[in-house]
Amino acid sequence: MAMHIVDRRLNPSSKSLENRQRFLRRAKALVQGAVKKASQDRDIKDVLEGGEVSIPLDGMNEPRFHREGGVRDRVLPGNVKFVEGDYLQRPQSKSGRSNDAGEGDGEDAFRFVLSRDEFVDIFLDDLELPDLSKRKLAEVENEGLRRAGYTTSGSPANISVSRTVRLAMARRVALQRPRPETIAQLEAELEHCGDEARPELLAEIERLKSKMRRIPFIDPIDIRFRRFETMPKPVAQAVMFCLMDVSGSMSEHMKDLAKRFYMLLYVFLTRRYRKVEIVFIRHTDRAEEVDEQTFFHGPASGGTLVSSALQAMHEIVQSRYRPADWNIYAAQASDGDNSYADGDLSGRLLKDMILPVTQFFAYLEVGEAGSHPFEMSESSLWTLYQRLRAEGAPLSMRKVNDRSEIFPVFHDLFQRRQAKEKVAP
Amino acid sequence: MTDRLYEGADWDFPTLQRIHDACEEIAEKELGLNVYPNQIEVITAEQMLDAYSSVGMPLYYKHWSFGKQFAHQEASYRKGLMGLAYEIVINSSPCISYLMEENTATMQTLVIAHAAFGHNHFFKNNYLFKQWTDADGILDYLDFAKGYVAQCEERHGRAAVEQTLDAAHALMSHGVDRYPGKKSLDLRAEEKRARERRTHKEAAFNDLWRTVPTGPSKSASALSTERRRALLGLPQENLLYFLEKSAPRLKTWQRELIRIVRHISQYFYPQGQTKVMNEGTATYVHYRIMNRLHQNGQITDGNFLEFLQSHTNVVFQPNYDDRRFSGFNPYALGFAMMQDIEKIVTDPTDEDRAWFPDIAGKGDAMAVLRDIWANYRDESFISQFLSPRLMRHMRMFHLHDDPAVSEGIRVDAIHDERGYRRVRRALARQYDVGLIDANIEVVDVDLAGDRRLMLRHAVLNGALLNEPDAKRVLQHLADLWSYDVSLAEVDASGLVLKEHVAHPRVMAAAA
Repeated sequence: MAMHIVDRRLNPSSKSLENRQRFLRRAKALVQGAVKKASQDRDIKDVLEGGEVSIPLDGMNEPRFHREGGVRDRVLPGNVKFVEGDYLQRPQSKSGRSNDAGEGDGEDAFRFVLSRDEFVDIFLDDLELPDLSKRKLAEVENEGLRRAGYTTSGSPANISVSRTVRLAMARRVALQRPRPETIAQLEAELEHCGDEARPELLAEIERLKSKMRRIPFIDPIDIRFRRFETMPKPVAQAVMFCLMDVSGSMSEHMKDLAKRFYMLLYVFLTRRYRKVEIVFIRHTDRAEEVDEQTFFHGPASGGTLVSSALQAMHEIVQSRYRPADWNIYAAQASDGDNSYADGDLSGRLLKDMILPVTQFFAYLEVGEAGSHPFEMSESSLWTLYQRLRAEGAPLSMRKVNDRSEIFPVFHDLFQRRQAKEKVAP
Repeated sequence: MTDRLYEGADWDFPTLQRIHDACEEIAEKELGLNVYPNQIEVITAEQMLDAYSSVGMPLYYKHWSFGKQFAHQEASYRKGLMGLAYEIVINSSPCISYLMEENTATMQTLVIAHAAFGHNHFFKNNYLFKQWTDADGILDYLDFAKGYVAQCEERHGRAAVEQTLDAAHALMSHGVDRYPGKKSLDLRAEEKRARERRTHKEAAFNDLWRTVPTGPSKSASALSTERRRALLGLPQENLLYFLEKSAPRLKTWQRELIRIVRHISQYFYPQGQTKVMNEGTATYVHYRIMNRLHQNGQITDGNFLEFLQSHTNVVFQPNYDDRRFSGFNPYALGFAMMQDIEKIVTDPTDEDRAWFPDIAGKGDAMAVLRDIWANYRDESFISQFLSPRLMRHMRMFHLHDDPAVSEGIRVDAIHDERGYRRVRRALARQYDVGLIDANIEVVDVDLAGDRRLMLRHAVLNGALLNEPDAKRVLQHLADLWSYDVSLAEVDASGLVLKEHVAHPRVMAAAA
């Protein structure tokens, strides 16, 4: 009987993609919630990794009529100890596995894997960052060279041989420069021809030779140089400085708020730049660069000198991140305490050293949950930064007390920056 | 004859052809199978996952629930919780079997023997499949369905289509005719008629729902209960059919969508009733073919061992107290029964002769098996052919769980002389379609009043519907019906145990 073998391996494989997108669209709200929840438990860099999320089945379920309870009869294999008439204890859990209803029964969460892109899209979508503000985010531009056609003057190193030869050939063809082969052929004829044709041939050869001399193989007007023009080139790498006060007055809640903010900034920057590095600087009355784990969880105690952190950041920028090559972002989180004597120094450092090289500097003042920012007196750091701002320093600052405020504040910060740019020339 | 079909694990297309031809030789000459022409498709693992999420069909209309399915399966596959099936086979003519490219040559042989001959023969010969499915037309019909749904989405919006399909899917399990009717399914003609019907329906209208009074003669009472029920074809257990024909406010395209879901549901209906037999047949066939190939020297001892390992995994039946237990494995039960029958026919014991006088010692095992494969479904198959020997071997016992009995779950029968018949009856009932799905039918419509649709669930053994899900399904039903829907759960004595009511939401389509 006839049998066919069909090789389907080369068929487009993602037949389910459309169905998957439909599913994600339908489950959008649920997936967003799940993504938010999943991102809470992760380290900053892992946020982007995508991965498994689980959403409640409710709303996504496909209901069917099915029965439960009642008198049930069941035949099972593997009896080793029962005889007719024995009684078995009922299992404690109400919903036994004896119900052979469809999927969804007894399964209260639906787990599946989101790809990295899906995850980040949903994550950023949740921020409701308008696309506009993303695009207009200022970026330091670097000068780069770009080919821009040909020119008649330039340095010999830039001669474009192919273009030059091509032009020369065009000119030679147009002016009908005799080909060397033609002359060689005539000269060959000359050797064998009779006397009567000889003068004519000689004249012809002479004519051609002189024309050849008059029309050079390469003329200076053929020469072309490759032209380059400078063009702004976006710097494709960014460094993000996380500065945090870790003195005793910072509670876990405050650190958590700060972490969330850093996380958002990181995700945001990774969408924008190909390479993003993070530098963690924590400070009490001394500052040190630490890893992420220590940054958020390592114990520390001491007074509070903000200038130490700013100084550390300045030094790191100097030694490792040339402002011409790096987009520098900084976010500082603190409860606002600073020793009074440190104010001037901090202000000067910020204004003269830090702000001129940074792309964006955000100050986040974190407070305890439930406290009302307007009821508190202004902290010393807040007062200081406000003064700097009044003097025209490009600083963004916000107060945050509650988790739920992080997203709006983040959103707000970027919007304000955009507005300010429009005002400033 | 003793040429090896292949060496090692590698295979190419000529190898597949040789394997197929060798299997075919055994299947036809030795087992006497009668199959549809085969089409073997080689696919990747990812494509296999794709196929999973659309119930194995090569083409299907788009719906989010398949995406959900895919997402879920992909997650378990990646975590290694789930291995992929070695094969998927489609009841169509030609019979399409998918082979995964990762499989070794031995696995491909196994799959070809199992799917392309075992399942294929069953599809072509079993009476349920003959009666209910149209193997020639299914692929074309699915293609039509896919195109039709896409076209509806374009015309009427994705939300409206999705809502209708959601509702129809919820009722899918109650969208089949359980008893053979006058007409057998002809999907090709179905597809051809679809367009005609649409234009015709647009012109015609249902006299029942005429709201303009035509004269004084017709009063509400004139339409007697009997007449009304006859007109509406009540009682009706095929809810989708009833909606398609009688729901007053559905658009033509919505009726067509319901019809599509109903046809597909009907197509899959026999598969649910023949799981044990279908897998048993295929497993028995591959076992016979692989053994013969080995005896002929067409596969090596090593290949045969590899086969035995897969085979053993497939027919593994954990005991009830095993963590891996999740009911009877249809492969294990089916295969064990087929082998048991073979033994009864060829080498019966006295017990076999007493229990199975018709077939014991008849000698031609394949003739008996082919006859069984053609004329039974799981329920009748088990109730007639489950032997005491197999019950003892699998150590079956019957549990009776009556919530009213406080002592606990009673062991009603075990694999002993007193219990054989009861265990067998109980196991057969476990596969009885009449008992697997709740018995729900449309009983009446309040035509004179608020057009409420009345359904009845005939409660069996006190098992009521799961309430949250029943409410959701009723909601879908009410949305399609466009008026209130009530469902009464009634026990055998006519006592109403519970009543559910749903009110229609405004459908996107109605706006």
